[in-house]
Amino acid sequence: MKKLLKIYLQKPELAGIVLLAVLIGLFQVRSQMIFLSAENIRGVLGVLPEVGLVAIGVTLLMICGEFDLSVGSVFALTPMSITLLMNAGVPFWPAFFIGLVVAACVGLANGLITLVFNIPSFITTLGMLFIVRSLTVVLSGGFPPNLPIERMPAELFVSFIGPEGLFRASFLWFIAIGAAAAFLLSATNLGNWMKATGGFLEASISSGVPARRVKLFSFVLCSVLAGFAGLIQVLRLGAALPSIGDGLELQAVAAAVIGGTALSGGIGNVLGAVVGALLIRVIDNGLVLTQVDANWFKFAVGSLTIFAVVANAWMRRTARHLKVQL
Amino acid sequence: MNTLSSTSHDTALRSYADDDTTADALSTSTALMAVRNLHKWYSGVHALKGVSLEFKRGEVVGLLGDNGAGKSTLIKILSGVHRPDEGEILFQGRPVRIPTPKAAMQLGIETIHQNNSLVPNLSIARNLFIGREPLLFSLFGIGPMDHARMRIDAVKAIADVDLHLRSAEALLGELSGGQRQGVAIARAMHFKSKLLILDEPTNHLSVKETDKVIGFVRGLSAQGITGVFISHNLQHVFHSCDRIVAMARGEVVLDRPVAQTSIEEVTEML
Repeated sequence: MKKLLKIYLQKPELAGIVLLAVLIGLFQVRSQMIFLSAENIRGVLGVLPEVGLVAIGVTLLMICGEFDLSVGSVFALTPMSITLLMNAGVPFWPAFFIGLVVAACVGLANGLITLVFNIPSFITTLGMLFIVRSLTVVLSGGFPPNLPIERMPAELFVSFIGPEGLFRASFLWFIAIGAAAAFLLSATNLGNWMKATGGFLEASISSGVPARRVKLFSFVLCSVLAGFAGLIQVLRLGAALPSIGDGLELQAVAAAVIGGTALSGGIGNVLGAVVGALLIRVIDNGLVLTQVDANWFKFAVGSLTIFAVVANAWMRRTARHLKVQL
Repeated sequence: MNTLSSTSHDTALRSYADDDTTADALSTSTALMAVRNLHKWYSGVHALKGVSLEFKRGEVVGLLGDNGAGKSTLIKILSGVHRPDEGEILFQGRPVRIPTPKAAMQLGIETIHQNNSLVPNLSIARNLFIGREPLLFSLFGIGPMDHARMRIDAVKAIADVDLHLRSAEALLGELSGGQRQGVAIARAMHFKSKLLILDEPTNHLSVKETDKVIGFVRGLSAQGITGVFISHNLQHVFHSCDRIVAMARGEVVLDRPVAQTSIEEVTEML
């Protein structure tokens, strides 16, 4: 019993799932049973992959002990690059590839600047947030370019599939990438190194972990995931807006933190990020359905973030004091 | 010592080393590791000023010195954390370069660093294998870890150093200082280190735990492992080491078998 409690307390994402169930129940009752209708679930799950993919990338990077605030801007830059390339005559797949390379380059720049000059990634990526957003707007010329959607295999990313068209193709991408990321983090040596790098940098270096390369990889991965998520949103909206993803970086950090990722690094997991992102989407949607003024959304996410960090810290402390046999 | 193997070793060396260093190499053929004329500067500070030392096989050397004497710098060079600006490192008679901690480990040099070289948020098993995880398969050195093997080997490695923990799955952060030090030692032993460097391993330990670590250091010779023991506690060092090396201001100021010196003499040198 005590052991089970300890295991539970050590896994903040489980608490997130309980909270999620409570909120869903509450919204379901308050919305006259509309919340769990197929149509509404379709809406929530259609948007989830976009926030969720960004949250996964941000979580992995935070576990390494670094931040990326530029994900919202990369979220706009990648689809913008792809759109402009296609308008210049490049077929979809090469353009898609180049778009992801552009995202990777931003991630690489974030990582190199942070590591070479030994400055906080908070600062590097805050700068990059403005730089990349500005680039995106300049590239677009100030208004959304025509999206050649007829030349894009949009059905691969956003078509409705599943029973009653309950979710979009993007949801499958999300599940697949999430599963791969979870495997990477918990089962591979690279995942071990990510946790070690963020957990205790000096010890990981002296144990022979290539900490700099691990961090660089995570910066790049985080950026690429953000770029890919941005493309999904653009295909869903049918327009390459230069303004998409504004504020997304903070939502992604909030999702990671709500899911139990420690700001100091070393602790966190992919399921937590997914639960965190889902909680944010459920709150957003639930508030609208229960006819609460939508402006309370940010209030709710903010409160939840603070609450989650306080609760997680408490849970971790309690778990440590729970002496079970070692 | 072992005449046969050392002879063949020397022959190999002779063809390797150029003429004027052959004599030198021969004289150190019993040394597991040797450094010659090491220099290190840290942004204008001359931290090591031509340090030359030898570590013989199965010998435990006590490295003493006040803060800033250069002990830590020397240790960091031996363990691949820093690189010397000048000088030569010989391992088993051959000149080597130790550019990374990984390179040091591959040579058989394990280091237990002052502030503990383990990661608190990982399990004991993961800590034991960090940087050297056994993999089921790998692509460019990355692959899924062999969890089953890690668990079994971890339990064995811990038991081998007489540390009693029920599970290798507990987080390292939940262990006491002594238990953590035990895990670090278990790791060094599991990977069959030839040279074990212990940098202030008894800091923050209880008396009982300290005794255990000292006992372990004394037992290194019997296992044929060369030890380098760094401590501020002269009693501990005199109790467990065969030879005393004292450093001050970046230089070796004393290098003598423990029987030929005394705590008083060393204290004066520091």
